[in-house]
Amino acid sequence: MSKIPASVDATLDLLTSRGYLAERSLATVVYLSLKMGRPLFLEGEAGVGKTEIAKVLAAALGRKLIRLQCYEGLDVASAVYEWNSAAQMIAIRLAEASGETDREQLSADIFAEKYLIKRPLLQALEPDVVGPPVLLIDELDRADEAFEAYLLEILSDFQVTIPEFGTVKAPQPPIVIVTSNRTREIHDALKRRCLYHWVDYPSAERELAIVKSRVPNISAKLSQQVVGFVQALREQDLFKVPGVAETIDWATALTELDARSLTPQVVGDTLGALLKYQDDIGRMQGPALDKVIKEAVSDPAV
Amino acid sequence: MANDIGAPTTGLIADNVIGFARALRVAGLPIGPGAVIDALKAMRLIDIGNRADLFTTLESIFVKRREHALVFAQAFDLFFRRAEGTDHMLDSVPLPPEAQKPPPPASRRVQEAFAQSRNIDAPEIEEKNVQLSVSDREVLQRKDFAQMSAAEIAEVTRAIAQMKLPQAELRTRRFAPDARGTRLDLRRTLRGSLRTGGEIVKFHRLGRIDKPAPIVALLDISGSMADYTRLFLQFLHAITDARKRVSVFLFGTRLTNVTRALRARDPDEALAACSSSVEDWAGGTRIATSLHNFNNQWGRRVLGQGAIVLLISDGLEREADSRLEFEMDRLHRSCRRLIWLNPLLRFEGFEAKAQGIKMMLPHVDEFRPVHNLKSMEGLIAALSSDPRPRRIDARSAA
Repeated sequence: MSKIPASVDATLDLLTSRGYLAERSLATVVYLSLKMGRPLFLEGEAGVGKTEIAKVLAAALGRKLIRLQCYEGLDVASAVYEWNSAAQMIAIRLAEASGETDREQLSADIFAEKYLIKRPLLQALEPDVVGPPVLLIDELDRADEAFEAYLLEILSDFQVTIPEFGTVKAPQPPIVIVTSNRTREIHDALKRRCLYHWVDYPSAERELAIVKSRVPNISAKLSQQVVGFVQALREQDLFKVPGVAETIDWATALTELDARSLTPQVVGDTLGALLKYQDDIGRMQGPALDKVIKEAVSDPAV
Repeated sequence: MANDIGAPTTGLIADNVIGFARALRVAGLPIGPGAVIDALKAMRLIDIGNRADLFTTLESIFVKRREHALVFAQAFDLFFRRAEGTDHMLDSVPLPPEAQKPPPPASRRVQEAFAQSRNIDAPEIEEKNVQLSVSDREVLQRKDFAQMSAAEIAEVTRAIAQMKLPQAELRTRRFAPDARGTRLDLRRTLRGSLRTGGEIVKFHRLGRIDKPAPIVALLDISGSMADYTRLFLQFLHAITDARKRVSVFLFGTRLTNVTRALRARDPDEALAACSSSVEDWAGGTRIATSLHNFNNQWGRRVLGQGAIVLLISDGLEREADSRLEFEMDRLHRSCRRLIWLNPLLRFEGFEAKAQGIKMMLPHVDEFRPVHNLKSMEGLIAALSSDPRPRRIDARSAA
């Protein structure tokens, strides 16, 4: 178990050591979140590295990563806990068979911890020898509002109330990272319990460093052109502009194809790695594409 | 909490932070005392000499919405620059790039916040209280909004305020106890069985939860719609109040999201808030551009959960070209049901002659008139009915 970093710079180093090249502002909020024991709410477009930060943090601190992927219809039974009803049923039958009739006793036996199936949120509250885990609540905007309300108790007091069983409270609060792609607004009540940070697309300089670290065998020239092209693409009026994840995908694709430089041909063939809407791909054809390529090639990003 | 924060910081820095929080509050950021305490605690953790870190720290605590980031950046700049001369608590480490170039629109609000002058001028609306007879009411039901007198509009406004949209249309994937449900609720059944010593007497069931479908209204506020706009806003306010999942956008030459403004309890206050956030009342119409902005910036955020879109416009577009068709098509494909409300339909024998209307029509599921109380009530009935399957060609609806 690594210790929690003691300053913003130490946090930055910690993230960098695991290959996550963060902006200083992101490192600052991560550091504050660790120090203050507050959940960190990260909002931003898809593919800017929000989920990655939780993974990196867990790895760097040597903690367990518990991930809760949110989706529409996510409920308490699949996010927090569930009773193992089949096993309980058998226990009741066995008690009957042995002639036991004490109701109080039966009730206590049936709703015991051994019949409790722990889902991610409850798991995150359990003590761990290596220290409290990193709890990633991913894409909270996909869950419905009712679930958000349920999270309020967990995020402020780090406890869960199970009617038949009692309240489970974490001895040490987990490190919580909540992410949202902002497909809908998250309620202010939840945000108030968190530190908020908007994760933006990286600057050309940082993106270049990210590409170099994630796609090691890329040539210096190609990586500059790739970043220049993607940055120029983000200036275009597109339905969905590419994120960092797409940049890395594309850079990998180009190296796999042994491309040495961006040409209209090779860009046209691989544009699907960057743009995910047919309308956007259609818009970036012919002269429009040539223009952006020209800019990227002649005026390298860094 | 297992850390070494202890009591919040005190003294000059604390005064600065508290003063800053108060200024932000006046500038419109919702900041509670809890956030201020958090900020004071956080001050002890960072090097407050580093301006960029101080900025990020305070931002992560005081800003909870992306929209507030700009106001915050401006306020920070102003407040902590002002402090520089006397307190020297900050060096000249540059701010993050997004904070360095504050565009003007929010500035005045921030400036005013620092001047601490709060002037709320509610528009004084003269309202004559007229009592109408029953037959008057019937006439009012069918009278075109555009031809009403001020008194009649006041009466209609009252009628609109009482409109309530029926709830529950969309079947969700979540379950709740329901005697006629289809799923067995083992947990409650087991708990029940314990009362009878393990014998299951009653099976409890679960059924799917129904909840109101989100409604997204796009309201045209261009000059040609001027007679109707205010009443439609009243109408949207009435339904926003009753159900939470309503988003309202106004568009003329540009698109404005007024959802938050409409949530204000009092309709007049809400409408005043709307008009203060819109810059292009009764100007021209650029439907294609507005729809484009809506699709790109808001479409994925507000249409995600099976939303019904109400497009309220007369469709009189000047620059009708393939872009309009394209954006209508995208809007149509990204929502569950697209209802076009057009006050022009009040005219007998209305024909879709205008180029813009012709282009938009194939992409709507329903084309309805909305020019008097009767038609608004018809709309409410339509919204509460089960959504019909999407028509291939909506032209017949006209």
